Amino acid sequence: MQATTWRSTIKAGLLTGVIALYVALTGMVLSLSKRPVVDKLSLGHVVYMLVFVVMGYLTARRSSWRTTRPALVPVQGLVVGGIGAALLALLPVFGQQVDLSWIFVTTKPNLYKFLLFNQESMAVGVAYLVLTGAALGGIAALLPILPEVLHQGLLYGAGFTLLLGVLSDLAQRTVLKVVLKPLFAYKGLKPSGALILFVVLSVLFGLRHWWLQRQRERSTMEVILGERPAWARGVQQGLLLGFLLILPVWLLNKDAYLNSVVNLVNLYIIMGLGLNIVVGFAGLLDLGYVAFFAIGAYTVALMTSTGDLGHGYTFWQALPLAVILALVAGVVLGIPVLRMRGDYLAIVTLGFGEIIRILANSDWLKPFMGGALGVLDIPKPALGNLVLKEEYQLYYLILAGIFITWFIATRLYHSRVGRAWQALREDEDVAEAMGIHLVTTKLLAFGFGAAFSGLSGAIFAAKVGSVYPHTFNLIISINVLSLIIVGGIGSLPGVVVGALALVGLPELLREFSEYRMLFYGIALITMMLVKPEGFWPKKLNVYSRPQDDTGPATP
Amino acid sequence: MNQWQRRLDYWRRRYDITDVVVWLFGLTILAVALYGVVRSLQTTTYDAKRWAQFVVYGVSQGGVYALIALGYTLVYGILFMINFAHGEIFMFGAFGALFTALALDKAEYWNQHPVASLLIVLVVAMVTSSAVAVLVERVAYRPLRKAPRLVPLITAIGASFTLQYTARSFFGSGLRAFPELDMLKGSVNVLGLEIGKSHALTIVVSLLMMAGLYWYVQNTKTGKAMRAVAENKDVAALMGIDVDQIIVRTFILGASMAGVAGVLYSLIFFQVKFFMGFVPGIKAFTAAVLGGIGNIPGAMLGGYFLGIFESLGPALILEGLGIPAPSQLKDVIAFTMLVMVLIFRPTGILGEAVAEKRA
Repeated sequence: MQATTWRSTIKAGLLTGVIALYVALTGMVLSLSKRPVVDKLSLGHVVYMLVFVVMGYLTARRSSWRTTRPALVPVQGLVVGGIGAALLALLPVFGQQVDLSWIFVTTKPNLYKFLLFNQESMAVGVAYLVLTGAALGGIAALLPILPEVLHQGLLYGAGFTLLLGVLSDLAQRTVLKVVLKPLFAYKGLKPSGALILFVVLSVLFGLRHWWLQRQRERSTMEVILGERPAWARGVQQGLLLGFLLILPVWLLNKDAYLNSVVNLVNLYIIMGLGLNIVVGFAGLLDLGYVAFFAIGAYTVALMTSTGDLGHGYTFWQALPLAVILALVAGVVLGIPVLRMRGDYLAIVTLGFGEIIRILANSDWLKPFMGGALGVLDIPKPALGNLVLKEEYQLYYLILAGIFITWFIATRLYHSRVGRAWQALREDEDVAEAMGIHLVTTKLLAFGFGAAFSGLSGAIFAAKVGSVYPHTFNLIISINVLSLIIVGGIGSLPGVVVGALALVGLPELLREFSEYRMLFYGIALITMMLVKPEGFWPKKLNVYSRPQDDTGPATP
Repeated sequence: MNQWQRRLDYWRRRYDITDVVVWLFGLTILAVALYGVVRSLQTTTYDAKRWAQFVVYGVSQGGVYALIALGYTLVYGILFMINFAHGEIFMFGAFGALFTALALDKAEYWNQHPVASLLIVLVVAMVTSSAVAVLVERVAYRPLRKAPRLVPLITAIGASFTLQYTARSFFGSGLRAFPELDMLKGSVNVLGLEIGKSHALTIVVSLLMMAGLYWYVQNTKTGKAMRAVAENKDVAALMGIDVDQIIVRTFILGASMAGVAGVLYSLIFFQVKFFMGFVPGIKAFTAAVLGGIGNIPGAMLGGYFLGIFESLGPALILEGLGIPAPSQLKDVIAFTMLVMVLIFRPTGILGEAVAEKRA
């Protein structure tokens, strides 16, 4: 790390300003300002204040003065936040003189007003903005010089309080509303509620950190590897299973909207598990993954639809065929790309995905596939007399799908094929030299990945009730790719984490959906730069560890 | 063992079953395409002039592809990675051009001094594209130069989407109209062929730019340094070449070409949109692969070839197969061609043995 100087601090401030300007110009600030978080403080405020907070915090964390001159660290935060806010203030000051809206569509007077805290006088507004920025940067810079327990507690406490505030209207639809009612206003948290939540959560997270710290000090191999006794794991898994089974009817109160979001997340989890085999296990970057999702969806749609294009089969007859067709398509499309690696593979598979979509959209296949108008009137699956028409009923179907795919994925990972995939990922030539048959190994990866995606697509068609070609565009492939990368490439729990963060959260924040792809793109870059192993990295391969090795192995 | 058995044995060892399947796959597509061509030519309703028009249109479109393809090829030649965000760099160039043109139009300069205006717009587009390319290189690629191959590829995809949706939120999600230029209305008559003036301009400008680029890479000191870095980074560094600096310059060079392509594209279609970089980007990549990636004349050749092929393809191949509305499947032709090239000649038309390098 370079020694900290005032110069580097000023640089950080300028960077903060650029980021703040970027956030303001994307229009994120204004379109999120309709969602209150705490009282009058809206998500729009939070987003642009977060820039100062995060930058102040990061500057302080990276500062070499943390140990030598701790008193100066908050001053650094002040400077960073202040310079950043001053740069941001240039936008309204300059923008009110010159009309910029013919370039940047978001630079409207109401954006300027919002940035200046709705102050009549510009000078007062600018002063408010700069002071707020400096104060936020300074406060955030305090965190890293506090004792670790306080630091972690306050950090997580503040983060989760904000998250609860943002999702307040949704939290009030769940069973938790009984507990949370006194804390919430009609929308967003009450100031008192926010304070209580913040204190409680900070204490909890502080205690958690203290506990983990103590565990680490008494570190043994089991703790490092996260291995617990068999009974503890059994209890844990039993509890998790129980929770998953009662989730839609109890916690989510059979709420149609929340359950539909959960179902979407779960469908993405199935797809993520499939792509994880292709990208995570075997290291083959497939950007045409949506093609198999489309094949699964169209198979079910065309076979079961009660409309003109349908053939009147039931969902249960169509489902296996959908999976098999997707699998076959995976293998068939895998054959031409067997010899390709890395970048070529990515772009050719992307081409395949586009070809499938364009064909489904074309007039040529319209008599069979409905063209741009899609296939309508897909009936819901039925179990005997019970039609799974509500979202919370479909939940169980999708959950069963996750269990099956999860089971297959874990078994595969530890099987002979799974190890062959990992060898393939590390080095194709060496793997071949070790006697791994590249053709079958690769085709198996493509086939399994495609089958999972087909399963997800089949259920998707039944859930939504209609399929259109434009649903199946590249964006879905990128979504799935992003979620496995954010969760941790090759990690199964990572898929769940990624899907919750990248599909669930944006889906719950409707206003945010416009910035979803932007968020994904930035997430992909930042993850690769900062945390390439993901938020829930895959565990080390324990079976290859020598007996006398007591330290944690580097992945 | 008699001679035939030995020969069979040799072939069996030389090509395994996958090769055969892949070849059969490719040959089937080729056969269908050939059948389509024959049928189309038998039943065609187009006269020679119409076909010539298709070719001219293809050449102008191909010029744009070639300019973008140069960016892919230049970067690939040095870093052995595909700059996925290159299509977006092209798009930003077009936006830079759009805003300059709008400003010039407002000042009533645009139609009064069209040549000077075009020059200004070209320069601004090149600068915009270069700035974006340098930013992408600095943020997304440089810190990861030593990382495993999958990593920069993922950041490249991320950069592509970030740029695309940044443009969407900055400049709006709708189409923005490019101001029309009176000078480019109508057509010129070349050897009895009516060529739209904007198409003619595109053909001329793209040829000039490519000649300039070729000269630059072959003859200037920077160009020589680029070729040295492409050959071997470490040795080039030992010879006193600042590798990072040369990589940045390569990005700038490629991006300038993309910026010019952005202007030309806008002058043909007169509309600019945040999504406009995606399809031309992939097509240009196809063109670069077609010509042999890493090879500069190859990218130019590939661009023209793809442009012409794509322009003729729907009428020449698909109509004969009895497919209605064949122009909907234009993109399918380009993607299929990419697959075919990678099956039959992965090194491209002019490529050397890149197959070894890309491992």
